[in-house]
Amino acid sequence: MSTIELAGKQIEVDSDGNLKNLNDWNEETASEIAKLEGIEKLTDRHWLVINFMRKEFMEKGDGPTVRRLTKESGVGTKELYALFPKGPAKKAARIGGIPKPKGCI
Amino acid sequence: MKKLVILGAGTAGTTMLNKFHKVMDPMDWEITIVDHNETHFYQPGFLFIPFGVYKEEDVIKPKRDFFPKSVNVIMEIIDKIVPPENKVYLKDGTELVYDYLIIATGSDIAPEETEGLKGELWQKCIFDFYTIEGAMKLAEFFKTWEGGKLVINITEMPIKCPVAPLEFAFLSDWFFTEKGIRDKTEIHFVTPLSSAFTKEKCAEVMSDYLVEKNIKTTVDFSTGRVDNENKKIISWDEIEIPFDCLVTIPTNKGNECIARSGMGDELNFVPTDKYTLRSKNYENIFVIGDATDLPSSKAGSVVHFQSEVLFENLMSVIEGREMKAKFDGHANCFIESGFGKALLIDFNYETEPLKGHYPLPLIGPFSLLQETRMNHFGKLMFKWTYWNLLLKGKDIPVSNEMSMKGKIKD
Repeated sequence: MSTIELAGKQIEVDSDGNLKNLNDWNEETASEIAKLEGIEKLTDRHWLVINFMRKEFMEKGDGPTVRRLTKESGVGTKELYALFPKGPAKKAARIGGIPKPKGCI
Repeated sequence: MKKLVILGAGTAGTTMLNKFHKVMDPMDWEITIVDHNETHFYQPGFLFIPFGVYKEEDVIKPKRDFFPKSVNVIMEIIDKIVPPENKVYLKDGTELVYDYLIIATGSDIAPEETEGLKGELWQKCIFDFYTIEGAMKLAEFFKTWEGGKLVINITEMPIKCPVAPLEFAFLSDWFFTEKGIRDKTEIHFVTPLSSAFTKEKCAEVMSDYLVEKNIKTTVDFSTGRVDNENKKIISWDEIEIPFDCLVTIPTNKGNECIARSGMGDELNFVPTDKYTLRSKNYENIFVIGDATDLPSSKAGSVVHFQSEVLFENLMSVIEGREMKAKFDGHANCFIESGFGKALLIDFNYETEPLKGHYPLPLIGPFSLLQETRMNHFGKLMFKWTYWNLLLKGKDIPVSNEMSMKGKIKD
């Protein structure tokens, strides 16, 4: 079982490195994970995306793809990559404490 | 008279047509298949065209050669499906009523989704090989190309046949070596995935091959636009990769009729139950192959495995029984690795491609996840199997559920 250390606590993660238990997540853990991903401070724009990801996951059981994010979250592709370099859907899912979206196969 | 309508006469639609035609009493059932193109393409063969291994005539046959005589064939563009009315509207105004509908409208490349991809260099030094036109134009281009930077770029996932771009890279290595210009050709494989392939174990093996064959790899590259003037692909986060020849795998989308029907996701793929293959929203609609939004590969072998599940489940629904057949995500593909060799992988939703051997009555066994000549012959033999057995809905000695027989677990 893999774990990561967040704010001094060992927390379980899945094989993709995302949180295993949704209950381990809160805004503070999100900020800690973001730092591990190289994002120093989560802005309102980051939160807009993270909250959208979480909402989609709770409703549909899977996080959205980048394409869906662009279409539905109100944040354009260009900005998504600026906020979450390399992989917006993958990174925002990890920071949001949900599993890696299946669309990012 | 009950009506079964099948939309799309590609691999999936044709296979389903033949399966149902065999068992349905023509006194009770009218079966209709709709498509807008008379030609059936053997799409796995497109990969070989740029390298001169196959020609156009190797990969095309008339669709009607594979239709039973008594079915109703309509060649017209599908306008839209209206599920509450149980009707399909065609472009010429025809209305088709159905009791049961099978959607097999496939997926196509959509290069217009990426800025600059269909710019002035399109089919001059930017090519796709997922269409017959693209593959033929690329074959022409390769005949006289003297080498340079060859970039193979997957624009975004999901794509049809996720191994094809890798095979293209391996075959390029072989082709330019044979041509004597491999030293002047840099092959660069650029993918939005975080590794060479969608499945982890297989990705490790593929990465080793890429290194061994001196193919440069860039991962996590999400293509944002193409700069035609400076011959570069540029990612959404502004990483630039120069090319002399760009072989693109553009965004893949489901058929536009799905969008017009309001039945698809953001890429026009139809939400489908991953086990039963029934539409998530309509009880008398089933979906198969590339048209689905399933997390399985979009490939002919997958269609074959799905076809048996769909057949059983739709028969159950028609006869008022509970649906029992379950699709397990089974995929089975040969990966051409160049120099007359290939690998074979076999996997499903739960199990990654494993090493070992794949038993096949009469012919087999084939080695799994290892490069052999036998696998290459298997790949070439598949063309015969495709035209003569698969499309005609005949049995192939390959089980639709993945088996662990011969596989080696870690």
